[in-house]
Amino acid sequence: MRLDTILRVCSKIFIPFILVFGFYVLFHGHYGPGGGFQAGVIAAAAIILYAIVFGLAECRRVVPPAVVEAMVPLGVLIFAAVGVWAMMNGGAFLDYDYLFMHDGLPDRVEGQYWGILFVEVGVFVSVAGTMVALFYAFAGRGLT
Amino acid sequence: MIELLINMVLLTLLAIITLVIIRVRNLFAVVVLFSAYSFLMATVMLVLDAPDVAMTEAAVGAGVSTIVALSALYLTRAEEAPFRLGLMVPLFVCVGVGAALVWGTLGLPAFGVAEQPLHEHVGGAYLERAYDETHTPNVVTAVLASYRGFDTLGEVTVVFTAGIGVLLLLGRFGRGGRRGN
Repeated sequence: MRLDTILRVCSKIFIPFILVFGFYVLFHGHYGPGGGFQAGVIAAAAIILYAIVFGLAECRRVVPPAVVEAMVPLGVLIFAAVGVWAMMNGGAFLDYDYLFMHDGLPDRVEGQYWGILFVEVGVFVSVAGTMVALFYAFAGRGLT
Repeated sequence: MIELLINMVLLTLLAIITLVIIRVRNLFAVVVLFSAYSFLMATVMLVLDAPDVAMTEAAVGAGVSTIVALSALYLTRAEEAPFRLGLMVPLFVCVGVGAALVWGTLGLPAFGVAEQPLHEHVGGAYLERAYDETHTPNVVTAVLASYRGFDTLGEVTVVFTAGIGVLLLLGRFGRGGRRGN
């Protein structure tokens, strides 16, 4: 832990960029390669890198296991909630055409655009949570 | 031409890594080699113009699954147990499965042919309509999140179920777990 100065400094520089790249992949999924799944894994990789370099206990303090484990079902709920939202406006389940209504008519393009983004956010939350939770579960067993 | 050359180099490296993985008994080396294999596979996907798949392969195959395998390795021995059974049955299974796979590829359409069934069914319709209907230039995203939203919801549910299952198996919530909160 004392001899790895280069590793620690480099990680400190890189982790913010990895996280920002993860969000870029998430929010730029409409235009470039990637989407919620890839973004979730990239963000989880940044957190796992932090845990490897700075220790599991420190990482648990920054990203509590309770939060991570809550993210796993939360993502699925966000995804399903978008579907129910469309149903409440008179569409079918997950029919993004009906997310936004203008004068009683569905604003299809707007609905599709935002529906895809909301759904990708749901995927991101679930995947990132699952990956970090798995890492915590494995790494935590080795320590005790 | 250059693309063919790159593909041949990548596939040759993949074959070499596969052979080394079979020979090496040290599991730490095997995990690192699998990571290298995934990176090469991601490059192959990139050469095949599938950046979405390449990104997933690099992030999941080379990144996170390597970490999880290393964490699992930390809990067990780093040396593979010597093989005790005879070689005839494994050899028969390998050759049989390999022959079946090669036989299966004979029925596939030629590489990159535009008239294969995959491109003639709904693929063309997605390409034509996706931008007008969703204003999403990346058709892969439009298909995954919108046209096949049910599939993707199912996939997220699979990730959720698998994650919860592993957490339960590892004793995170268990009564008899070593670290049951």
